[in-house]
Amino acid sequence: MGNEKLHLDTHQFKVVGTRPVRPDGVDKVTGRAAFGADFTLPGMLCGQVVRSPHAHARIRGIDTSAALALPGVRAVVTAADLPDLPSEVSTGGESPINFRYVSLNVIARDKVLYEGHAVAAVAATSPAIAAAAAALVEVDYEVLPHVIDVLDAMREDAPVLHEDLYTSGVEPKPAQASNVAARTGFTLGDTAQGFAEADIVVEREYSTAAVHQGYIEPHAAVASYAADGMATIWCSSQGQFMVREFCAKLLGMDVGNIRVIPAEIGGGFGGKTTVYLEPLAVALARKSGRPVKLVMTRGEVFRATGPTSGSHVRVKIGAKKDGTLVAGEMVLKYQAGAFPGSPATLGGMTGFAPYDIPHATAECWDVVSNRPKCAAYRAPGAPMAAFGVESALDELAQLLGMDPIELRLKNAAKEGTRTLYGPKFLRIGYAETLAAAHAHPHWSAPLGPNQGRGVASGFWFNIGGPSSAAVHVNEDGTVEVVTGNPDIGGSRASMAMMAAEVLGIEVGKVRPMIGDTGQIAYSFLTGGSRVTFATGKAVIEASEAVVAQLRARAAKLWKVEAGEVEWRDGHAHCTKTDEAREPLSLRQIAHSAGKTGGPISGAVSINAAGAGPGFGTHLCDVEVDPETGHVTVLRYTAIQDVGRAIHPAYVEGQLQGGAAQGIGWALNEEYVYDAQGRLQNAGFLDYRMPVCSDLPMIDTVLVEVPNPGHPFGVRGVGEVPIVPPLAAVANAVSRAVGLRQTQLPISPPRLLAQLDSKGR
Amino acid sequence: MATVVLQGDLARRCTGGLTELEVDAADYRELMSRLGERYPALVEAVRTHTAVAIDGEIFQDPLLEPIGPHSEVHFMPLIGGGAPPVRRLG
Repeated sequence: MGNEKLHLDTHQFKVVGTRPVRPDGVDKVTGRAAFGADFTLPGMLCGQVVRSPHAHARIRGIDTSAALALPGVRAVVTAADLPDLPSEVSTGGESPINFRYVSLNVIARDKVLYEGHAVAAVAATSPAIAAAAAALVEVDYEVLPHVIDVLDAMREDAPVLHEDLYTSGVEPKPAQASNVAARTGFTLGDTAQGFAEADIVVEREYSTAAVHQGYIEPHAAVASYAADGMATIWCSSQGQFMVREFCAKLLGMDVGNIRVIPAEIGGGFGGKTTVYLEPLAVALARKSGRPVKLVMTRGEVFRATGPTSGSHVRVKIGAKKDGTLVAGEMVLKYQAGAFPGSPATLGGMTGFAPYDIPHATAECWDVVSNRPKCAAYRAPGAPMAAFGVESALDELAQLLGMDPIELRLKNAAKEGTRTLYGPKFLRIGYAETLAAAHAHPHWSAPLGPNQGRGVASGFWFNIGGPSSAAVHVNEDGTVEVVTGNPDIGGSRASMAMMAAEVLGIEVGKVRPMIGDTGQIAYSFLTGGSRVTFATGKAVIEASEAVVAQLRARAAKLWKVEAGEVEWRDGHAHCTKTDEAREPLSLRQIAHSAGKTGGPISGAVSINAAGAGPGFGTHLCDVEVDPETGHVTVLRYTAIQDVGRAIHPAYVEGQLQGGAAQGIGWALNEEYVYDAQGRLQNAGFLDYRMPVCSDLPMIDTVLVEVPNPGHPFGVRGVGEVPIVPPLAAVANAVSRAVGLRQTQLPISPPRLLAQLDSKGR
Repeated sequence: MATVVLQGDLARRCTGGLTELEVDAADYRELMSRLGERYPALVEAVRTHTAVAIDGEIFQDPLLEPIGPHSEVHFMPLIGGGAPPVRRLG
């Protein structure tokens, strides 16, 4: 079918909505783009991190003397080289993050809490010497019992990871430490009343495995430390300002003494919104007096960086005979990994969000266990909750004999619907995605034997936040746009296009760039589906500031008032009726800028509000091989309200990428641990992500219900598309085999066992 | 008077179970000041980890956002998305 676009307003654009060649494309396909591991400096040392072989152990002592004695070794650091931060959540203008946990995750102090937990780092004159030195670091461990599964970790007799962790959000306050970090909850209406009104109730438990973001580029950092106390870091991350802030906290440095230069990023998906190597590289550079490079292997990425949480979710939904939803209940238990901070609360906020349910509750539990600390992954927490809710709705539709899209349409949230987490929605386009799905040829295409079709929807809030942009007009009329956000999903192209739209020039005349922390004002990181929305808003405002200057310069040349100059199609037009003036192009005004007041540029910093929520609906066809349990995805269509697609090809790519990752989550991906709590599949050969040959072409439909909070109607798009696939795939398999799928991944052995137990 | 609507857990901990509070305030800072006079525990509880929705629009780092006489205000957890929840202006 390909890719389609449904416009629901009539605003006309000249650049927005076109598909120019991406400005970073040539560098990336020719290998010229410089990623984190590509940086080298004169005199640079090679570093290696020493990691725990145990899932849970007390550190009795670390002896680095043998490593330091090895010729070529220049420095060894342990937790003793970093400040021992207090356990407190920063408040006020600070970030609400417990930096003690961040610090202890970067390098263990008293205990190791998962296999792969860093305990020391070495820097030497060659990789071979660094590896030999790492092997010479002697760590005296007292091995402790460990716990991997979230339900096991919640048991009263479970090994406790943190002796000072008491469950927050429960009353009375617990007297004993446990692995349950927090309970949060949301209530709307009265669920007892709602279920009493229901004619039919469905209730099941669902589980998902921890899955990794699977970015191609491993973490890498180069750091130097100057004699005047200035550190410079070259690294790949989702935010150079985040790296600066986190390193300052963890190393006890002033923010002003750290400069972070962003590299190209080979994927992040939320997993590069924290630090791992960067503080260690700075500590090694500070100690050795030489620049230091640290690069993770793939095994280190799997063992020591955040996957998203595995989950156990119980969902109960009540409805009237006509399909009207009257009550919903969710209990979510999410793995946080070794330190508190799973996205369980976000799961509780998002699961029921697509629906107008008068009575609903969500109870969310954040649980630590001996796994790497979880990190954000596209729409953190939402896919697991949606898996439960959207599966329950599919089952409800089957029991009611209803079309599952019509069931969703009947109950779809719209403008004015109150959410479980409190506020009412403003303008949203969920129902429009359902209508598009229902009308799509995919929905009515015939199915063959052993085949099934699933539908599921998803929601994400999308966010705004602090963003900065600078727009400089060059003397030949070309334009540079500088922003502070690493380009993960094509934001450079979108920034250039929005500037070109405002300036009225060809997008090819606009060069987008990403500034380091010394070149552009603060920008919150690339995440939360915020950059095209929030940083785009800053670019639009900076471009408008440039247009104001261009009009003023033309007015000066024409000796008229600026209010008598209009900017249209890249030219200044004099509107003073008694003055006949030839329009002046941007290029002409730029050429004479030196004579009319100096260079023309605009710089804007904003804290963007008005992010419009996003909704998507996915259709999936599968075929199940009854002999092997293997599931083939035959056809997949992703439909989403994107507000306004600035560069539709990039937006389609976001939908396709999210769908592909969600399909992997549904069918194959999981962490496999042995009895000692050691990860058994820390590589792409055994951790099975989908590849091109596993997937059909993923068709997309872009529904455009403009966001009134953005000048061009933009909504964030990057996170919604990973929310529906888990349930879309599971619902398709459930219908293909006649067995409700409640546990992910639906791997061939698991499905075959189900089929065998049913005698099929 | 604007209406501040609280989730049950927050109300139990901070307002003796009251889930709707009427407050006369022109902006968020004034709202917090007024709430602080009556419910200091509530202001302390929402000082961190909390975003605010004013008439359906979510603000992650509120201070001077205007509040109308008929506004509806909700406190809610910060939403970080593919990012740790950070409320910070550099």
